[in-house]
Amino acid sequence: MVPTSYYLILSAVLFGLGIVAFVFKRNVITIFMSIELMLNAVNLAFVAFSQARHQSDGQVFVLFVIVVAAAEAAVGLGIIILMARNRQSLNVERVDLLKL
Amino acid sequence: MTPQLAIFFVLATLAVLGALSLIFQRHPIHSALSLIVVMIALAGLYLLMGAEFVAAVQIIVYGGAIMVLFVFVIMLLNAGEEERTSFSKLAGIAGIPLAVALLGFLAAAIARSNESAQAGLQSGTLANTKEISTMLFKDFVYPFELTSFLILVAILGAIVLAQREKS
Repeated sequence: MVPTSYYLILSAVLFGLGIVAFVFKRNVITIFMSIELMLNAVNLAFVAFSQARHQSDGQVFVLFVIVVAAAEAAVGLGIIILMARNRQSLNVERVDLLKL
Repeated sequence: MTPQLAIFFVLATLAVLGALSLIFQRHPIHSALSLIVVMIALAGLYLLMGAEFVAAVQIIVYGGAIMVLFVFVIMLLNAGEEERTSFSKLAGIAGIPLAVALLGFLAAAIARSNESAQAGLQSGTLANTKEISTMLFKDFVYPFELTSFLILVAILGAIVLAQREKS
């Protein structure tokens, strides 16, 4: 028997680490991976609540989150390829056309 | 300590170490491999909770499809080591208090959670996959159809974005 709060704490820790990676990394592919990490943390919380309340809604939502993540990965990696082709760099600091 | 709790701690440590490794590795392919470790550990946790279907989907879609796409793009673009650049002052001044505040709120919310949430999980009590499929194709059938449309749009968008411009 693992208390639900343990899963929630793990989920919060993983989400926090995802935010840290999102802010500190400079490579656009790694930033994208940290978004996936945050989505995974949220999925963990969904499944933990669904099991704690004995309802399957949470797991259905996890499936939707995974579908959205897959679509996002396809489009996002297309954008990354375009960016690498136009800028010859994967560093987000180099993408500053909209910066004042 | 029950065996379930021991398995939880092993998998949770693995997941947190993988996430830390994602932050500290400088080469994107090492970060990608760390992320795969996190995803496999999370799949193990789903199995521990008795969510077999979600665990299988996690491994097939996340560990398989999405991460292969990432590794493929890293190799296609020949991504090298990350450059070190200076961090902005604003991030240091505003970011750290905000992070502490977020952690505080989360800790308070989890600590105040009611008894039913603290009570613990019986693993594998639900006839899970059947119930999920019934719910997915009855209650959530419109969102389900919408996601198929979303994937179609995403495929078209990826093709349009990644094709070479004809000169």
